[in-house]
Amino acid sequence: MKLLSLQRRMARAVMTPLTRSERMRTVAPDCRLMRTVANQIIKPNDRLTSFERLEIYNRQYWFRVLSAFAEDFPGVRAVLGGRRFDAMAQAYLVDCPSQSFTLRNLGSRLVSWLQNHPAWAGKRQNLAVDMARLEWADIEAFDGKREPSLKPEDLASVNPAKLRLRLQPYVSLLALRYPVDDLLLEVRKDSDDLDVASNTFSERHKRKRVSAVAKLKPSPIFLGVHRLDEDVYFRRLDREEFAILSALHAGKSLNAAIESALRHSPIALADRAAHVEKWFHTWSALGWFCRLEKSPKTEKAAARK
Amino acid sequence: MPANRFNGHTDYGIGIGLRSPHYHHILTRKPVVDWFEIISENFMIDGGRPLRILDQILEQYKVVQHGVSMYFGSAERPNREHLRRLKTLAQRTKTPWLSDHLCWGSVDGRYTHDLLPMPYTFEAARITAQKIREVRDFIEIPVAVENVSSYAEFHVSEMTEWEFLNEVAERADCGILLDVNNIYVSSQNHSFDPFTYVNSVPAERVAQIHIAGHSKYRKYILDTHDHPVIDPVWKLYARAIERVGHTATLLEWDDSIPSFDEVHDEALKANRFLASASLATAV
Repeated sequence: MKLLSLQRRMARAVMTPLTRSERMRTVAPDCRLMRTVANQIIKPNDRLTSFERLEIYNRQYWFRVLSAFAEDFPGVRAVLGGRRFDAMAQAYLVDCPSQSFTLRNLGSRLVSWLQNHPAWAGKRQNLAVDMARLEWADIEAFDGKREPSLKPEDLASVNPAKLRLRLQPYVSLLALRYPVDDLLLEVRKDSDDLDVASNTFSERHKRKRVSAVAKLKPSPIFLGVHRLDEDVYFRRLDREEFAILSALHAGKSLNAAIESALRHSPIALADRAAHVEKWFHTWSALGWFCRLEKSPKTEKAAARK
Repeated sequence: MPANRFNGHTDYGIGIGLRSPHYHHILTRKPVVDWFEIISENFMIDGGRPLRILDQILEQYKVVQHGVSMYFGSAERPNREHLRRLKTLAQRTKTPWLSDHLCWGSVDGRYTHDLLPMPYTFEAARITAQKIREVRDFIEIPVAVENVSSYAEFHVSEMTEWEFLNEVAERADCGILLDVNNIYVSSQNHSFDPFTYVNSVPAERVAQIHIAGHSKYRKYILDTHDHPVIDPVWKLYARAIERVGHTATLLEWDDSIPSFDEVHDEALKANRFLASASLATAV
């Protein structure tokens, strides 16, 4: 048997979901007997059959990917409940196995997958999708690229009508239907407490979390998920703030972004300039904008000087 | 022999794996440690806290990169993005050599994130060696391949594991990261004499040695890196050092990680074997 053929067969078996009792299935998804698959490629020894030896790898695979996935999405787990989350995670990982050398990217397709598979979350579909978006943005903010930040002097000779600002790659802008930021912080606090808790304490906290999820009502929020001093933060944004940042992120010029964001704003005309100034001051202090890229024309001009 | 072309002609001494529960201790207490081994994939990122911590570590300590997902033995070509990120990290750490496992773990672009055992065939040796050469040529740093623990053997195998390791290392002209715990684990799972393995490895290619603990189950042993090193593994280590001389040695402890001092003390037990190797060289 050629190397590629053997690896395809073994990988297919290893990535086949386990039974409910966390054992290897007796029948593969393609209806072949797993015992036959194992016997064809793996030798038995005096203690283990071929099936049992293959099962070690099958179980290791699922234990590893499921625990990494659960570690990345404790908020989605709180929304769905443990049992449903575990079943959902398995279904997701069957449809979307890792395509990356790092487990960090395991959940990169969860948001779109959840949107296409609403049955997993039922009535909590929107809540689950919002939470998945927030948790993925958190991962991106944690280790996303930081480019040199924009400095006031960079803007000295720039025409605002043509100025196009870029957001740092680690900043995500989220328009959410539920205030999942509060819920996620509560879930994380719970799990921190559980590290030093007794079983009774753990039960009480589980009930508290379930009740927090059940009580959560839709209430649209806008968030900037970002990093400051290497810690990730969720910053609530005003609707207009979000609109300006989203327009800039989409490539609009500064003037166009502000104009479109404030067109239907309830903020009084007289107060708008002060608001915009305050927002820009905050975003700049947080380092959200990247340094302007010099256009070839500017570089040529500099070279001539 | 210890400082050879496969470890960048260095003589690093005894190191431990850099793990997050120890970050605070290392950065605040600044303990004396010969070197740290990092898992490359944990730092092949664009920014954030892990890289800031790594930079702080690099200011004080020597670091060597160890990978877990290059999958030299996978039939598919190396992932270009992986190579690019690995090279960027190597330029940051200035690792004198880098290592990854003699195993496979991905096929058709899907990753198992496990160290799956190789079929010991000449075809697999040829493909694996070619891939090691490709990686080394791209990264421009000596590469060492590590023998893995395994729980299965294939019908198609045409040679023993140590013959396969030698075949790959010769064809690729690469170094070997000899993991004596993995040899012990596999010897128990596949009923071979671990000393035959250690005695068969080309001593001049050994760039580094790994030691670790494992977990014993009723019918097999699992390589869990969550216990101290057991005596039979120390005996294998002693034999390996006797053959290859004073060689960079690293203790792996990845689960149920105890205090920094406990891990470091366990690693430093290797000193008694290294000292006798140094003495033998001096005589």
